[in-house]
Amino acid sequence: MNEPLLFELSTPGRTAFTLPSLDVPAAALPEGYVRADLPLPEVSELELVRHFTRLSQLNYCIDTNFYPLGSCTMKYNPKVNEKAASIEGLTQVHPLQPEETLQGSLELMYRLQEALKEIAGFAGVSLQPAAGAHGELTGVLMMRAYHRSRGETQRKKILIPDSAHGTNPASSAMAGLVVVQLPSDKRGNVDLAALKQACDDTVVGLMLTNPNTLGLFEEHVLEVCETVHACGGLMYGDGANLNALLGIARPGDLGFDVMHFNLHKTFSTPHGGGGPGSGPVGVSERLLPFLPGPIVVKEGDRFRLAVPDKSIGRVRAFFGNYGMFVRAYTYIRMHGPEGLRAVAEHAVLNANYLKALVAPHFPVAVERTCMHEFVVHGDISGTDVRALDVAKRLIDYGFHPPTNYFPLIVRDALMIEPTETESKQMLDAFAQALAAIAAEARTNPALLHEAPHTTPVSRLDEVKAARNPVLCYKG
Amino acid sequence: MPYIPHTDADRRAMLETIGLPSLESLFEDVPTQCRFPRLNLPPAASEMEILDELNGLARKNRAVGQFAIFLGAGAYHHFVPSVVDHLAGRGEFATSYTPYQPEVSQGTLQAMFEYQSMIVRLTGMEVANASHYDGATAMAEAALMALSITRGQRKKVLVSPTIHPQYRQTLRTYLPPDSDLAYVTGDEDPGATLPDLVAQLDQETACLIIQNPNFFGELEEVDGLAEHVHAHGALLVVVSNPIISLGLLKPPGDYGADIVVAEGQPLGAGLNCGGPYLGIFTTRAEYVRRMPGRLVGETTDRQGRRGYVLTLTPREQHIRREKATSNICTNQSLVALRAAIYLAYMGKQGLRAVAELCYHKAHYAAHQIAQLPGFAVTTARPFFNEFRVRCPVPVPQLNRSLLERGILGGYDLEKDYPHLKQEMLLCVTEMNTRAQIDRLIAALQEVSR
Repeated sequence: MNEPLLFELSTPGRTAFTLPSLDVPAAALPEGYVRADLPLPEVSELELVRHFTRLSQLNYCIDTNFYPLGSCTMKYNPKVNEKAASIEGLTQVHPLQPEETLQGSLELMYRLQEALKEIAGFAGVSLQPAAGAHGELTGVLMMRAYHRSRGETQRKKILIPDSAHGTNPASSAMAGLVVVQLPSDKRGNVDLAALKQACDDTVVGLMLTNPNTLGLFEEHVLEVCETVHACGGLMYGDGANLNALLGIARPGDLGFDVMHFNLHKTFSTPHGGGGPGSGPVGVSERLLPFLPGPIVVKEGDRFRLAVPDKSIGRVRAFFGNYGMFVRAYTYIRMHGPEGLRAVAEHAVLNANYLKALVAPHFPVAVERTCMHEFVVHGDISGTDVRALDVAKRLIDYGFHPPTNYFPLIVRDALMIEPTETESKQMLDAFAQALAAIAAEARTNPALLHEAPHTTPVSRLDEVKAARNPVLCYKG
Repeated sequence: MPYIPHTDADRRAMLETIGLPSLESLFEDVPTQCRFPRLNLPPAASEMEILDELNGLARKNRAVGQFAIFLGAGAYHHFVPSVVDHLAGRGEFATSYTPYQPEVSQGTLQAMFEYQSMIVRLTGMEVANASHYDGATAMAEAALMALSITRGQRKKVLVSPTIHPQYRQTLRTYLPPDSDLAYVTGDEDPGATLPDLVAQLDQETACLIIQNPNFFGELEEVDGLAEHVHAHGALLVVVSNPIISLGLLKPPGDYGADIVVAEGQPLGAGLNCGGPYLGIFTTRAEYVRRMPGRLVGETTDRQGRRGYVLTLTPREQHIRREKATSNICTNQSLVALRAAIYLAYMGKQGLRAVAELCYHKAHYAAHQIAQLPGFAVTTARPFFNEFRVRCPVPVPQLNRSLLERGILGGYDLEKDYPHLKQEMLLCVTEMNTRAQIDRLIAALQEVSR
């Protein structure tokens, strides 16, 4: 059943490529600089096509399976997005072309900046960051630069709730900040007493995911923002869960000073097996001068690139993941204001409906009306079945497993995010599968421990992979 | 609403199950004064309308096919074979997530393992990660990795001025001048040469970063360089741009590089107005646990069958949080897949062939330009497919005239290198026919007259 590696399919002398013949005189190759060998595979075009087509068939994906991966927002990726991103005149341009030859692309970026500002309630947006975590780094670098510009160099502490994504502390550490973890209260909110105690004049700010990773809206969000602002700190919003807030609430209105958007979650650009994403950052008025440049500004009916006066600098080459801008812009235009609100409403409706169906079999971590996702305990009491076993068994029923063992504060977490693009029938089927698995856990736990049974490979030995790493073909 | 399948009956039934009266009632945790803002956005467009709108924007651009392109400088116009779009466009690859569940992600995982394997061979290194954001961020994180390997004892990051200016700017965003972590130096004199940099190596130096071929397209004199760097206990980081050059040239692994990064865009990504591109990131096996980014490794399943998993994850943010080697999570997986398909399609012979086409055509163009009165090819060293030309008129003026003649001219070097007055950086790839090159020569002659 295994697909051979390209190197194993390789036959010396076989080729796939075609190229035009050399139409200029050949120059002498630079002596001493030429490589002796180039050990790449040698396959025909058909072998190549079959190889990658067969590999593709080993994946679960949104186009084939329900993919309720919490925090990852695996909603349908509309096909018009792909068509839009393949309009050659719009995308096959060189990023260093003169601005007068890039007016269409710059206008699209400008319109996307404006739309994101409006959706999230910010004064400015930079599209540059390549992914959510890159947006976080950009955000904390801006917060750091803001305090330093005011002479407050003693501010080095960043507050991060214990329910946060791992990227939050990692991004902060990269910016040279000291991470202070905050506990959550029983209702899944930031513990206000602990927050108040941590707030002083050494605080850079608080990084808050709202709705948080339990899928819960922060009930004291206004008070949290006030508390942080009162000590001179700034509020960072992890926008990973913005899909629950479209047309429902604007983070800028709630008091956030900076937030990254995940165009690959909220705005439906495909995840591509791990990327590319796109992580634009939005900021309030006071952080506007610190945005990474270039950003697109409009002058009359012309668009040009500009760098804000106290910019932290660029965070990558060129403008950002432009191909994702085209897709996200298309998605926003296809929905309009009412459509975006409907996205959030139905994402939340689906999550609460599925929670109601699942709760009798798997206890919910915090019982509240949830937003776009919810977290349950995936272990089955009275058995040795753990969340991982349940997750793997779901595969046999044709479903991609939910996120598991995250957030870290929930025992045997299964984090389920159905998204708005799934039908009631699909949610019913998924809930039935979970109910069946809960029953199997009691009658035939081995079935779960050994799951999945229907895949090209069974559970893989991750310890072996790490102990003796084989990270490339050695043949 | 597009893509939302619910009927009125569905909504009613679902709300009844939940026990709430309306969609609005799902949002009572949201402060009332902020709840349900009116978004000032244009009304929804149909598929037909949005495609019309985007085609209208496209008409305001001048794109490939509308002029002859002699602009490179970090983004390169190369041919993208049909198989790349076809295979990478498959929904099974494009609409899957990071392969956290290996049993249902073997397609992505094996393709990434093959990508890593081909990148290792191309660069002559021992380990490649499963991708970084782009060349500039890969270089910035290579510096962070070198600082980590030298355990924070060394704080000097030495950079050559012949590294892409935007890459050096990105590095300085990651390590700002007031950073406690490190300082970046070496490029204050824009004319500093490799021997000048070697003279600045000391016990404080964590790494020396060079680009080869450098930003001007020149092949650096790297013999003995790694020995000098290592003698000071520092690491040699090489930015290997343009990556296509490795189809022809000795890979950095052969001359002792410790970390090699590159922009993978030439390998099937297309120009895409600057992104998504592909950060290539490689190192030696001994440093793998300090490396940022995801890694795919080979293992076996319970029946002993070969399979692939994400491995050495304790380096990563979701496990190690603030102690991780990097914050990177989402990477550029689909662009790495495009590179894997491109490299397999070109193969051993094809990548060499495309590199040679670039080389010969660029040398033909340089030779012709050198004959033109008023122009001088100022690249002194052997070069790959980019070269410096001193022009008789300011570069922006020259480029405007070229544009009127359907030619996208070179990069104005004076912007970043004030001592290179009226110099531009021209790039020639396999996409430039002899007729295009001859048209460029004729236009230069005409414009300078």
